[in-house]
Amino acid sequence: MTAQVITVTSGKGGVGKTTAVANLAAALAMDGKKVVCIDGDIGLRNLDVVMGLENRIVYDIVDVIEGRCKLKQAMIRDKHYPDLYLIPAAQTRDKNAVSPSDMVRICKDLRADSDFVVIDSPAGIERGFRNAIAAADRVLVVTNPEVSAVRDADRVVGILEAEEKGTPSLIINRLNSNLVKNNDMLSAEDVLDLLGIHLLGIVPEDEAVLIGSNRGAPVVTNGKSRAGQAFRNIAKRLQGQDVPFMDLDQQGGLWSAIQRLAGRK
Amino acid sequence: MMNFFKRKKSASSAKERLQLVLVHDRTDLTPAQLDDLKDDLLKAISQYIEIDPDAVRIELERDGRSQRLVADIPLRSTSRHRAG
Repeated sequence: MTAQVITVTSGKGGVGKTTAVANLAAALAMDGKKVVCIDGDIGLRNLDVVMGLENRIVYDIVDVIEGRCKLKQAMIRDKHYPDLYLIPAAQTRDKNAVSPSDMVRICKDLRADSDFVVIDSPAGIERGFRNAIAAADRVLVVTNPEVSAVRDADRVVGILEAEEKGTPSLIINRLNSNLVKNNDMLSAEDVLDLLGIHLLGIVPEDEAVLIGSNRGAPVVTNGKSRAGQAFRNIAKRLQGQDVPFMDLDQQGGLWSAIQRLAGRK
Repeated sequence: MMNFFKRKKSASSAKERLQLVLVHDRTDLTPAQLDDLKDDLLKAISQYIEIDPDAVRIELERDGRSQRLVADIPLRSTSRHRAG
């Protein structure tokens, strides 16, 4: 095995990075892949609660770096998927406890024994972000169809290009198709045109995402959720599969209802 | 029908504003610096050739992820041309 290291970042906070990491990792595990997530937000640990693993933490990533435990001991096994693991962030330390070369070293060890390493970057473009992208083979930028999120995403894309990390792929999160239809929200096409990078997926706004976080059960496990479907599709694309984009027109209307019944959609 | 009385829809202004902001973010040029650049450019060109300052158009344009400075600078026709 040689894992692909994928870093999820955004510039702006609160756009859904952690949710995206938890869901993509779970979806990859559902597809039978061995996945290790790393929470890169030292001091503001979050991925553990979103994944529902907060009560199982013994060691964290700083314990690994400072030699208090072995890498395997800091890998928390998921409750539902035995091949899904989390390496939690340290909660009580500052972000300088980790360096980019520490991340490269840890990812090198993980590569040999997994299919995907998914790193949750902290918001911003500081040290934690630099750590998170240091070992990445591929970077995903999450944004919302909203002016400040798109602007920050563009800054991050510019930094990644300047650092020769390649052009990242884009996930547009929390798209509300009703608002887009009323021309009161930037459409996916608008965001793509502004950012000029490759689109990996569009995740519709969906209450089930919050409900999943509340329960510590990522929304990809909910077969009825459209956001869950969108994340499952993105996970397939990460595995190199060609999955068509979803029809996000949730209203549907009579005609699409008929088309759905006729099996055309 | 109410649409007639509404202001322009917000997504359009979001896109227009972002287009401008991103160009300046990416080039690290403020609108004021861009104006200075235009003035200097026109001054330099005017030393050699007569231009029509009112018809000049100098803009930063986006092309995917790259930016270009596009200048359209019409020349003022001079008597020499007509004499020829």
